[in-house]
Amino acid sequence: MASLDDLKLPYRLFMRAYPYRKVEWRPGATLKKPLREAKVAVVTTAGFFLPAQRPFDDSIRGGDGSFREIPAGADLDSLRIGHKSDSFDHSGIEADKNLALPLDRMREMRTEGEIGGLANIHYSFMGSIIAPKRLIAESAPAVARLLFEREVDAVLLTPV
Amino acid sequence: MCHQSVGLIQSIIEASGIPTVSISLLPEVTRKVDPPRVLFVDRPLGFPLGEPGNQNMQREILREALALLSEFPLPAWLEAEQKVLSRQ
Repeated sequence: MASLDDLKLPYRLFMRAYPYRKVEWRPGATLKKPLREAKVAVVTTAGFFLPAQRPFDDSIRGGDGSFREIPAGADLDSLRIGHKSDSFDHSGIEADKNLALPLDRMREMRTEGEIGGLANIHYSFMGSIIAPKRLIAESAPAVARLLFEREVDAVLLTPV
Repeated sequence: MCHQSVGLIQSIIEASGIPTVSISLLPEVTRKVDPPRVLFVDRPLGFPLGEPGNQNMQREILREALALLSEFPLPAWLEAEQKVLSRQ
């Protein structure tokens, strides 16, 4: 398993001392239909954005908490990566976007009848957010509302 | 900080009434953020679905993660099976 010990010293020291936030979710939500009938969306913090979209802004203090909408039909190879962090190896997601946004794998699962379908829209954040106040108060609730309005049944989230 | 961001977004979506599952590569951080459903994957940071181009491994990890969506009560935290992580 990856560990903070794997990180470069400045990251390691920062992430050991950092006061991690949490948000109360209990008791939690139940899947209202079998997975084979459920419409699934992906939320990734890989910092993907489409060439026509505004890039993530790494000049924002504490991190850019905004998100980009990625249509299910997007050309995954065309996605750009907004992550500037050198705390992880970018080569995997540069070579294969499915590593964090597995839309091709989900299409295969839909064909096999393992999931009901893919949502029309998926969501990408740039995960290097040190001051998550706006993420908690605004952008994550905005994504939750969009998922509800778009009748998504379940969500997979991936970090990098 | 990606793992905190994922856990926070996940908790907010879950609290809004939609079931969620996340992948984690960094249990030390994810445990502190305390999300509802997690599949811990023994891969380096940057490789949540395993290996680029390894479609079988990606599909197996995805399958294991999505299977957690039916879990209740919560939290439901699971480590990905080693046999999944050795798929070619």
